[in-house]
Amino acid sequence: MIRIRGLWFGYGERPVLQGLDLAVAAGSFVSVLGPNGCGKSTLLRLVRGLLAPDRGEVLLGGAPVRSLGRRAVARRLAVVPQAPPVPFPYPVWEAVAMGRFARSPGLGGLSRDDRAAVRRALALTDTLDLADRRVTELSGGEYQRVVLARALAQESPLLLLDEATSHLDIQHRLEVAELLLRLNRDEARTIVQVTHDLDLAGELSDRVLLLSGSGEPVAEGAPDEVLTPGALHRAFGVPIHVDPNPFSGAPRLTPVVRRSPRQPLDLRVHVVCGGGSGAALLRRLTLAGVRVSAGP
Amino acid sequence: MNTTGRRNGGSWAVVLPALLLAGLAFALWAGSLRLPWSEILAALTGRPVSDPTHAAIVLRIRLPRAALAAVVGASLGAAGSAFQGLLRNPLADPYILGVSGGAALGAVAALTLGVAAPAVVPGAAFAGAALALGFVYLVARAHRASPHTLILSGVMVGSFCSALLLFLLWTAPADAARTALFWLAGDLSGASPGLLGPAAAWAGIAFAALWLQAPALDLMTQGEEVAADLGLDVGRARLLLFAAGGALTASAVALAGLVGFVGLVVPHAVRMLWGPGHRRLLPASALLGAAFLLVSDGIARTVLAPAEVPVGVVTALFGAPFFLYLLRGREAGG
Repeated sequence: MIRIRGLWFGYGERPVLQGLDLAVAAGSFVSVLGPNGCGKSTLLRLVRGLLAPDRGEVLLGGAPVRSLGRRAVARRLAVVPQAPPVPFPYPVWEAVAMGRFARSPGLGGLSRDDRAAVRRALALTDTLDLADRRVTELSGGEYQRVVLARALAQESPLLLLDEATSHLDIQHRLEVAELLLRLNRDEARTIVQVTHDLDLAGELSDRVLLLSGSGEPVAEGAPDEVLTPGALHRAFGVPIHVDPNPFSGAPRLTPVVRRSPRQPLDLRVHVVCGGGSGAALLRRLTLAGVRVSAGP
Repeated sequence: MNTTGRRNGGSWAVVLPALLLAGLAFALWAGSLRLPWSEILAALTGRPVSDPTHAAIVLRIRLPRAALAAVVGASLGAAGSAFQGLLRNPLADPYILGVSGGAALGAVAALTLGVAAPAVVPGAAFAGAALALGFVYLVARAHRASPHTLILSGVMVGSFCSALLLFLLWTAPADAARTALFWLAGDLSGASPGLLGPAAAWAGIAFAALWLQAPALDLMTQGEEVAADLGLDVGRARLLLFAAGGALTASAVALAGLVGFVGLVVPHAVRMLWGPGHRRLLPASALLGAAFLLVSDGIARTVLAPAEVPVGVVTALFGAPFFLYLLRGREAGG
């Protein structure tokens, strides 16, 4: 569905992506992870042809994406961005109906198919009862779901999400995650998402691409192959503990919090314990910045 | 669920034409000479009137002038909607992209240099507006012509023209400067009736071009990247919208000088009442702009009769309080 070969891209002199290869098969669910500024969003812009690569190529369904018209691209892929606020009070219904532009661009208004697609998109994103509200009156989370609804109304086989759930509370983030899984499993939609939610990415994806801060690919593959302490440390530069999630078996990531050494607690604790019984306690005390000594 | 948008979504197509007719009636009635309605109707329908000069006043003076006001008002209303949407800026007006400065410079140069032929001032204003617009577009395009760079270069070109304009006014003879000032405030008395037909045709074509881009304009308000992702060729749409909106503005300015406020306030009033979708907003703003300018011109011709006030003074004097009232009602009533 997407094929990227030897992709190089930079803004001016600053290189962002350095020799990236990626193949996204139809029906797969791919997450792109990496620290801020590693080029995740740039990668998505290249995939949808908004930017031209310096070297290498991006193929969408076999054709170079920059050779396709915007309308053809929009019929192949829909994008859920972190949408900028809109200064005009469109009713939600009209905002979602804009997703039909690539399929019925005339002045004639919406066809029966268009209306059905819009209604379905509203239902899927739990925004049916917002349909007559104005977008300027919505909360950030509500508006983000409307933006998702608009992308679904496009009925494109490929869905690209650029940190689309970062604004959402845990309930709606889970709902969107479940919706994405459903779209992926039941409707065979291909999903590529850029996200900072490492756990959810591990839970949802078939494949994960991990980028380093300088935009080099660190690892690519199944979540439990890619999300290892070593690879994560190379990408993010911090220690992250990984164990299997007891409910799903997917990798569970726990960042190890390092206390700042500049503010040690003025506290000295002597723990009377053995190595087995006291280890956990000693570790917690040390992490909290307490000077610890131990003995029987 | 109401799938046509707001409940009163279609009412504009009834309310606004009625308002336009009422504005037309007022414009035909208003003036230094009070004609009875029976005489006005008789003159319009070709029936015998008590005094042939009455028929001449209605048909030769007031009707062409009303038509002029309607064309200018409609052009400014539609262009204002288009520029506000294109620039994603509710404070934009048709003059924001340097049109006013360029047109004023052209017109005032013609006026103060004492060129007297009737079509010269509109021609010079149109040329000035077109040059300023083209220059702004070329400068902004070097930086991807984002709304931000368009507005910035528009303001810069406008300021440059204003400086030259002040210099011209300063050095011009006093009576030429006064004529120029009248033109700058917006003046429907200057244009010759011969220009009306071509101007109306020009405005009609430009409006049609604009209206065909209404769905594109809706997408542009969502941000350029979003618009591109939804399937819009943003560069092409921007150029078309810019050209059509600029054509409407340039002809309006050429005919009537810098009539302020119509292009800023009319789109807001329509959005508050009928929502921001451009399939409705563009024609509704044209209708309301025409009605608004007809009424304003009627007032401008009567308050100091037989003398005239520049119509631009009236549009702002009556329009601003009305707009504040709309704004207040919206805060209270939602």
